[in-house]
Amino acid sequence: MADFSPDIRAFCCHYTAQQLCAEGVEQRRQDGLPDNVVIHRVPCTGKLMVSTLLAAFEDGADGVYVVGCPEDRCHNLMGSRRAAKRVGAVRAALAELAVEPERIAMFHLERGFHPEFVQAAQEMVSRVAALGPSPFKGGSR
Amino acid sequence: MIIAQRKPIPEILGMVAPYRRVLLLGCRGCVSVCSAGGDREVEILASLLRLGRQKAGQELAVVEAALVRQCDREYVESVDRWDGQYDAILSMACGVGVNFLANLLPMTPVYPAVNTTFYGGSAEQGVWTEQCAGCGNCILHLTGGLCPMARCAKSLQNGPCGGSVGGRCEIHPSVPCIWQLIHDRLERLGRKEQLLAIAPIRDWSAAGHAGPRTLVRDDLTL
Ligand code: SF4
Ligand code: SF4
Repeated sequence: MADFSPDIRAFCCHYTAQQLCAEGVEQRRQDGLPDNVVIHRVPCTGKLMVSTLLAAFEDGADGVYVVGCPEDRCHNLMGSRRAAKRVGAVRAALAELAVEPERIAMFHLERGFHPEFVQAAQEMVSRVAALGPSPFKGGSR
Repeated sequence: MIIAQRKPIPEILGMVAPYRRVLLLGCRGCVSVCSAGGDREVEILASLLRLGRQKAGQELAVVEAALVRQCDREYVESVDRWDGQYDAILSMACGVGVNFLANLLPMTPVYPAVNTTFYGGSAEQGVWTEQCAGCGNCILHLTGGLCPMARCAKSLQNGPCGGSVGGRCEIHPSVPCIWQLIHDRLERLGRKEQLLAIAPIRDWSAAGHAGPRTLVRDDLTL
């Protein structure tokens, strides 16, 4: 499993992601954003549904995370708090299925592409790499 | 409305273990209002069941659907439209819905995906509280509109019991003593003397203690 490169899906709100999109792929790479993180931009993380997060796992993700605004300074007031609740619901469901809840996480970050954003991505990659491939992928164990 | 809560996923996976194709049937009535079994919850559970099966290295085909109500023959009959597409039905409606499906489909395995719990109301977002026990002989006109059958741990008709302390119920100190609330409310309304009347021993047959209840309205039957 040493060369296992996890498939990570990140869902970021427009406000967190806009700058990142402006950076362009090369710049992002130079800044240290891992290549195996696929970023999905949503208008507001509060718009994310539990089923969307689960669908990412069904689609083969090894790990999923959501990046929204700081809890008390969400651009859309309550969006990132709602998202955190839904991430919590998925964590609970993973636990019920005896799958590591750490495969999904919520990060509350300031807007824009900055070191903390890159750190969150790196953290998820190393965390999920240590867990190994998603147990939902038939035959991967 | 009827309040329900999804069963633990492993329990549901166990129920449908023998089947390859399941019709996951939500209800757009009460269980959708209390976020237990409406369209959205169908989508979530379908995903979780597929993931659970995948984890075990197997597949599950889930037909996702919801009826306007599962407690109404008129709507339940429309389940015919999925004929031949499933081996069993997993219903996300309350127990009434599951019974109705089972009544109508003698040869189809039908399973409950939720625990039906009580008649309640939404106290605040995400919080539901029991308000009525469907006792069949309502006494709210005597109790200031607050129900001791449902909200008193002992269902006392003449209360409070001797255990109420500081306005809290002795069984669950987190819950207010409903009889204290009834007293306070009748006092505020200037109807305190109403409490002096002794409620006679209740005939529990109306509450279902004499078997299943049926209601017939001649003005509505055809
Ligand atoms: S089937 Fe149950 S949940 Fe659905 S409307 Fe009827 S009583 Fe409510
Ligand atoms: S007295 Fe009976 S019918 Fe009336 S609210 Fe209480 S449980 Fe419901």
